[in-house]
Amino acid sequence: MTMLTPRARVRGLGSAKGGTEHWWTQRLSAISLAVLAPFFFIPFAIALGKPWVEVVSMYKHPFNAIVAALFMLAVFHHMRLGLQVVIEDYIHAPALRTGLLIAVKLGTLLLGFAAAFSIAMIAFTV
Amino acid sequence: MSNVETGADVGRGNRPLSPHLQVYKPQITSVMSAFHRITGVGNSIGAVLVAWWFIAAATGEGAFDFINGLLTSWLGHLVLLGFTFSLCYHLCNGIRHLLWDAGYGFELDQVKTTGIMAIVAAGLMALGLFIVGWAN
Repeated sequence: MTMLTPRARVRGLGSAKGGTEHWWTQRLSAISLAVLAPFFFIPFAIALGKPWVEVVSMYKHPFNAIVAALFMLAVFHHMRLGLQVVIEDYIHAPALRTGLLIAVKLGTLLLGFAAAFSIAMIAFTV
Repeated sequence: MSNVETGADVGRGNRPLSPHLQVYKPQITSVMSAFHRITGVGNSIGAVLVAWWFIAAATGEGAFDFINGLLTSWLGHLVLLGFTFSLCYHLCNGIRHLLWDAGYGFELDQVKTTGIMAIVAAGLMALGLFIVGWAN
């Protein structure tokens, strides 16, 4: 005897209103990052430590700019999902736990967007 | 039946308790799993620094010189050294996790072999990034 409606049973979502979505998006972002990693980190390692003018001219190149912006968005999405699980596993005090989960969700959104926007700014204006 | 008598968790019967972390011998499987999380959290700090670097580059030369100065100081180099190893480990061991998710490599000898492979690959990858960074 189940308390689920037939439609809810077919969709496979319990009271959490989420099924494998978290698990699946973490894997998708992981695959994206693994594929993008060499294309992001080799130019990044070359650019790191160079003067501003050279760094800016490197990231004006569309390939570097697009890869870097995508990488930043994927990194902060993956980071949000990972840190969420770590917080859920180890932080048990309800107020602190909820506060940290909100901070991580909003903080990663802010940083991911700001980094991607900055790369676009470098490519278009600076 | 002791559990039933004490009234704690009636359903679990007489099954053994899960081995406690502090008395369980560390093995390549458990240690590498723990390090995946630790490096994941460490990489988060690195990601914030990388974002800061890009945001500063878009802001202007002054803001960029500040973060560039931090990262090229001796402490900055130390942080970048740790970040590089942490990142390469998380990437290589992450590919191992993806293979498990796809259903491969669950035999104990495979788990050990891929574990050592991931550590060696991560070390080589970090070394490669250092060489690229230094040569340019």
